[in-house]
Amino acid sequence: MAAKQARITAPTSLWRVRLSLAARSVRENWRLFIGTRIGIIGLAIIGLYALMAAAHPILMSTVWEPSVYDPVVGYAFDEMRQPAPPSTKHLLGTDPLGRDILSQLMFSARSEFLLGMLAATVTVVIGTLVGAAAAYFGGLVDAFLMRLADIMIMMPAISVLIVLSALIGVEHLELALIIGILSGFGGTGVVLKSQALSVVVKPYVEAARTSGGGSMHIIMVHVVPNLLPLSFLYMMFTVTSAIFSEAVLSFLGLLDVRMSWGLMIHTTESAGYLLQVTEFWWLIFPASLSITLLCSSFYLVGRSLDEVVNPRLRSR
Amino acid sequence: MTNYLLKRSAQIFVTLFVFLSLVFFMVNAQPGDVSNFYALNPDIPPESRERLQDMFGVNEPLWKQYLVHIKNTFSGNFGTSFSHYPRSVADVIKERLPRTVVLFMTAAVLSFYLGFALGKIVAWRRGGWFEYGSTVGGVALYTVFTPWFGLMMIWLFAFKAGWLPIGKFLDPVLWRDAPVDANSIFNRMIVTAVVVSIAVLAVFVVTARKRVGRAGLVRAASIGIASLAVVVVWLLSGTAVFAWDIVKHMVLPVLTLTLISFAGTMLLTRSSMLETMREDFVMAARAKGLPERDVRDKHVARNALLPVVTSFIFSLAFAVDGGVITESIFSWPGMGQTLVSAALSEDLPLAVGAFVFVGLFVLVAHLVADILYAFLDPRIRY
Repeated sequence: MAAKQARITAPTSLWRVRLSLAARSVRENWRLFIGTRIGIIGLAIIGLYALMAAAHPILMSTVWEPSVYDPVVGYAFDEMRQPAPPSTKHLLGTDPLGRDILSQLMFSARSEFLLGMLAATVTVVIGTLVGAAAAYFGGLVDAFLMRLADIMIMMPAISVLIVLSALIGVEHLELALIIGILSGFGGTGVVLKSQALSVVVKPYVEAARTSGGGSMHIIMVHVVPNLLPLSFLYMMFTVTSAIFSEAVLSFLGLLDVRMSWGLMIHTTESAGYLLQVTEFWWLIFPASLSITLLCSSFYLVGRSLDEVVNPRLRSR
Repeated sequence: MTNYLLKRSAQIFVTLFVFLSLVFFMVNAQPGDVSNFYALNPDIPPESRERLQDMFGVNEPLWKQYLVHIKNTFSGNFGTSFSHYPRSVADVIKERLPRTVVLFMTAAVLSFYLGFALGKIVAWRRGGWFEYGSTVGGVALYTVFTPWFGLMMIWLFAFKAGWLPIGKFLDPVLWRDAPVDANSIFNRMIVTAVVVSIAVLAVFVVTARKRVGRAGLVRAASIGIASLAVVVVWLLSGTAVFAWDIVKHMVLPVLTLTLISFAGTMLLTRSSMLETMREDFVMAARAKGLPERDVRDKHVARNALLPVVTSFIFSLAFAVDGGVITESIFSWPGMGQTLVSAALSEDLPLAVGAFVFVGLFVLVAHLVADILYAFLDPRIRY
């Protein structure tokens, strides 16, 4: 009776143990993360921009008249001269084409997030698989993937993007894919491989192999989950570089995007307001500061995550 | 060592080959061909169009075009630029490349010195306001949106204060009746800089090796004499005004690049110093009763220098890539700006040529970094 009882409860209690272990490690890591302080600043800024991105569609459908406040085709009919300085109707003023700056800023925040997340996901999926496969199979696969990584690392990324944008129309999706491929097969893949090397020699991988687990199964179930913390860290750095590249390319006028922070500065530049910093501050500062703040906030989160997941830097 | 170098060179050669092939297929994956750029003009009759196609060789089979492309690239023949017609791409690049290299070398050396000096101090005074301020300031400058930062520098120093020119390479009004052209002046400036830095470096090495008493005085004197000699020689040559004009145009981009990139060196120096400070020989140096300054500069900093130097050379390669932005902001006519303007005006031969050169520069820098790495770190033996 007692033995039967144990057999029935064993699976549930195992799950409970796993859950509580996971919860404990999350709590522990969160405590470490908070301890670094800079990560919290980063998270706060990211939260602020996420809020802005989420609020934009709601504002457009309730308070803001689409023909006036649309970030791309809107026109502020109530202003006599464009660009108009900040007023109660247009909190950050309007751009040289009569469009509301705040609306543009909030609209672009969403596409920056989407771009960053997409680029980071592509990077991490490729990087994790490349790292795991190179470490697990070794030999020819490893040699091929690492030589490929060499080529990717040596690619001058911004120049590649500039040349590509001259040849094909580059939008957010293409940009995210290119950045993801360059970094996933390149630097991120190499770093994740070195981490995977320490995973594939663990006894449980050996045990899985002896009990007949296939390569695919072992990589997916045993190797990849152990790479996830580090992958998550590299996601943060990829987001920074994706947002930065997008801003630079659209600032140079090389991207086919409808609206972005870089494009806002490009509009300012082509209208000739670029050096009137104090007179027309609302044309330059909101977009530039947004790019800087969002880039550095992901960078800060990345740095403090580094102290959490990177055992070499841990201060405990 | 030789074995490793051979292997590494072969690898780089293969990478270069793959890189060139990628460039070729990227260009050829486009609809139409190069002659379209001319032939879209309605004034060009069809026979001229055919002649153009023959001239560009676009009717040949693809594999033949590919071989020609590879051959041309290795012989330095990138064709004729559309936007600088009739100048050849190689000619444009020959003019632009030194400007980029000089700009970035100057900025890189300055940011290295600044970053290393600050990192040393920051690591030594842990936890003070100095560490906090320079770390936060450094990271802020490191992640700032570069075009905006460049713009603010231009606005502050050139537009408002009027101390420095707003951008570009030289002042056309001054150069209108110039007896010499800008490139020859610039080349002479490069020669001067190289000679002076070799001379000063030689003095530094000699004073370090021979353990000369009051080495600092000798070094300062050598720098002073060298700068005096430069001023005198240039004033005697009568072209000092023009050289000074180029220098003035260089100040702002160099300053911007230095401020953006010193933080990387600083943070790396700091962590490297912190690791070295735990070593036993540091405690031994302290136990001998050496002054703190000597412990820091002669015992810790020298051993902490290694990873900093190698990462510095790696960063040189990417500085040229990232410099695309700085050059565009300051209208500095270097490789980066050439690449951007070629891409914007769809000047394909020039864009491809500039791109190949940037790639080549990165590859060579990687090779140099590998060699130096093995040379500098006695623990690494290939």
